Amino acid sequence: MPDIQSPLPGTFYHAPSPDSEPFKKQGDQVSPEDTIGLIEVMKTFIEVKAEVSGTFEGFSVADATPVQAGDILAKVG
Amino acid sequence: MAIKVRKPGLSTSIQDLGRPGYFHLGIPEGGAMDRFALRAANMLLGNDEGAACLEAVFMGPELEFEADTWVAVTGATMPILLDGEPREGWTAFPVSKGQVLSFGFLKEGARIYIAFAGGIDTPMHLGSRSTYVIGALGGLDGRPIAAGDTLPIGTPGKVSERKLDRALLRPSQNPVELRVLPGLYWDRITEASQERFFAEDWTVAPEADRMGYRFRGGSPMEFVPREQPFGAGSDPSNIVDGCYSYGSIQVPGGTEPIVLHRDAVSGGGYFTIGAVISADMDLIGQLQPNTKVRFVKVDMETALDARKERKKRLQTIRDALTTA
Repeated sequence: MPDIQSPLPGTFYHAPSPDSEPFKKQGDQVSPEDTIGLIEVMKTFIEVKAEVSGTFEGFSVADATPVQAGDILAKVG
Repeated sequence: MAIKVRKPGLSTSIQDLGRPGYFHLGIPEGGAMDRFALRAANMLLGNDEGAACLEAVFMGPELEFEADTWVAVTGATMPILLDGEPREGWTAFPVSKGQVLSFGFLKEGARIYIAFAGGIDTPMHLGSRSTYVIGALGGLDGRPIAAGDTLPIGTPGKVSERKLDRALLRPSQNPVELRVLPGLYWDRITEASQERFFAEDWTVAPEADRMGYRFRGGSPMEFVPREQPFGAGSDPSNIVDGCYSYGSIQVPGGTEPIVLHRDAVSGGGYFTIGAVISADMDLIGQLQPNTKVRFVKVDMETALDARKERKKRLQTIRDALTTA
């Protein structure tokens, strides 16, 4: 089961804006090019790409949480 | 000789030791955020110590070599891969034409320096190749590198297998201690606030960048009441504009201290409580967001001693690498 890891340190967000739906919900189909979340660092939001295909099984860290590079952000089955 | 950029990383820029001499015109010195790491990378390759390198923050680029050469990577700890095979940091290693250099996830620190034998040979602007993105100056068209770019490389000197003994590096600390010399406006905050600034834990905010490192987590500051002078803004943290030195700590609104770094402005209307001493500025360049730091109060004598000690460490490394 592939994990999606954070490419860099920063603050991880599940949704494109505070009022929006999360990028992915449990059971959604995931393609490698899909954005699954955002990392905020240095006044920039960087899209996190899935880089794997499968079914989205959920986020591994809460919304708006500080993360380190290499942390597991979400699981895809 | 040239190097092709396949992937740029997050914000990878060409940096050298910067362009001193124009700060009075509002053009920052710029250059490497971790000057020590840049110098060491160049020493490993027999380059001029101030040769231009790539500075990559949080994420490494992916580079393809168009000719055989030598490379050294210093600074943060990030797995180094040549055609997928691991290579060591703080070590000069050979690369062959067509090989690809890439990087794994950042483990410790924030910025890596990638040096090439001969140095990056882009045009000089005001005496430096450093990229100052906000001013669109230096580097490649004044911007970070992008996929498809070609980096021209200068003529190398004599290169051989060299490795830096890591015991010569400054030991890492947790929490990181940044030594501060209180400054001109120190008396604007109350004694209780002054004590809290040094007693409390601060955390690197995710906004921290080449202009400034913002910290949060400590208590808001209390100001000594005064009638704001003519020309100063109404907020108690406002002053009639003053000069900012490299390392000075401004605290807009008295809430989040910002340590001004290589690409910072030269002046402004926020008071500055003091400055991080020059010997500790490289440490800041290696701080990740959410890292805990403590500010430690020092006097001028300690600051100058620390500067001497840093020079001595650099000289020890220079001796070790140039006689090897």
